Amino acid sequence: MSLSQRNLALLLIAPGLALVAALFLYPLCFSLISAFTGPQGGFSLQAFGKAWELYSGDVVFTVVIVLASCFFTGLAAIIIAGTLTLGENRWIVGTLKALYRWPLFIPFIVAAQCMRTFLAKNGLMNNSFVSLGLIEPLQAVSYLDWRGIIATFVWKQTPFVALLLAGALASLDRATLEAGRNLGASRMRVLVELALPQVMPQLLVALVLSFVTMLSVLSVPMMVAGSQPTMLTVDMAFRINAYGDYATANALGVITYLISAGAAIIYLKRGMAKENTP
Amino acid sequence: MIRVASGLRMVLAAFALAAFAFFLIGPLVNLALWSVAERWYTPYKLPVVYGTRYWEQVFRPTGDAMASLATSVWIAVLTVLLALALSIPAGYALARLKLPARAFFMVLFLLPQAFPSVAIYINVARVFYNIGINGTVFAVVLVHAAHGLVYSVWIAAAAFAAVDKDLELAARNIGASPLKTFFSVTLPLAAPGIIASGIFVFLESLDEFTGTFFVGVPQVTTLPLLLYNAAMGGNYQVASITALILLVPSVLFMLFIERFLRADVLAKVGA
Repeated sequence: MSLSQRNLALLLIAPGLALVAALFLYPLCFSLISAFTGPQGGFSLQAFGKAWELYSGDVVFTVVIVLASCFFTGLAAIIIAGTLTLGENRWIVGTLKALYRWPLFIPFIVAAQCMRTFLAKNGLMNNSFVSLGLIEPLQAVSYLDWRGIIATFVWKQTPFVALLLAGALASLDRATLEAGRNLGASRMRVLVELALPQVMPQLLVALVLSFVTMLSVLSVPMMVAGSQPTMLTVDMAFRINAYGDYATANALGVITYLISAGAAIIYLKRGMAKENTP
Repeated sequence: MIRVASGLRMVLAAFALAAFAFFLIGPLVNLALWSVAERWYTPYKLPVVYGTRYWEQVFRPTGDAMASLATSVWIAVLTVLLALALSIPAGYALARLKLPARAFFMVLFLLPQAFPSVAIYINVARVFYNIGINGTVFAVVLVHAAHGLVYSVWIAAAAFAAVDKDLELAARNIGASPLKTFFSVTLPLAAPGIIASGIFVFLESLDEFTGTFFVGVPQVTTLPLLLYNAAMGGNYQVASITALILLVPSVLFMLFIERFLRADVLAKVGA
């Protein structure tokens, strides 16, 4: 018996798909069903009511944190990638190139531990500012709250976005950029008006990926800012570990899916558009 | 006047670069300081007593850290083996064979990365608990492999796509069977990309916290879980040393990634 190429392909891909189905699709469906089921069975929005009543503040907090982190990550990545591509001082470009990638492969949990000590009231940041005479010792405050989460996310994700952006900028046609410079445009203007519009797709995809990543991280909000308000991942872990309350936890889960859905749709649209171009 | 302005700009740029370096490197320096601080309390800006007492405590053969490191590495090795066993055939099929709805399958492998994962993990933990495998190395390996599959499948597909088809045809023409062609021509040529994907999956598994937190606790303690427990327990020295151990493979990977992942393979990822 000989297999057709199509059947062989399906056979080769089946074990991998089975793992994704068992450990992703099935739990995903389970979380959806559990979120929409009442205590007596049957369709109910009760879990969402409870989730909203207890955690509406955290929903807003999560969205604001993730959007703000994406904004600052994008801004920092544009400055870094722009300097790398258009910078004229070799010393500055060289130093920046050697430095900026360091947090790229550092795990979130290590980043969280770094920031937990760095941003504390008596951490290295405040101590350095006091030593430099920038602030008085009494002015030192702990940044281990929403500011700490944003700082950790931006610190961790900027290299990734900057790397993709710098790659895209480097592959642009240099002649247009040079022409802009020759006509008297500043480097800032060349970056904002000529280069950035051409690499917007890459920037958008990198930011969407970062958005979903930040939405999924549990260690950073737990370790950097343990108190209320906090992010939805921490609330979900708490509902399960403290109460075994799957319905509310899954309702919160569905809310995180919805938050990321907007981002994912943009990502998939880009992917499909790329797939369709010859 | 122009010279003054450009000098001023240079000073500003140097200042901005210094501030950037401080915020980038500062957290890592703080981590390193904590790892050698035997005593450090306010109002002192630097450790009061330096020493390696906590390193000895961590690296003691009977210490928690060595046991966690061994568990982490063992889980990561098994995860790589499982992920490659699934992704080499899948990657080959996606790159070389006529597959209906190819884009759909590619997206399917991407989904576990494209969704917020906590809600998935709590339900996986519930299923594992019901079938009695929660808290086992096997359960953690399954979760890590599902998570790493997108890298291994996408990179393996790109690596197979980058192999020159003419070389396979040449092997077939001189009488090699399809299987022989695959093992003596296609697989060796795709190996650098597949090794890179394996390293990626290994690191992802080593660093993974959320899945292990729900599926492995309390029986399976990996390094990230040890780090979390030490940090939340206020033992900053052990947490910092564990974090530094976790940093080593990440930094090595960053330095060597270019050697393994060739540009022509990178260009085909997701294509």
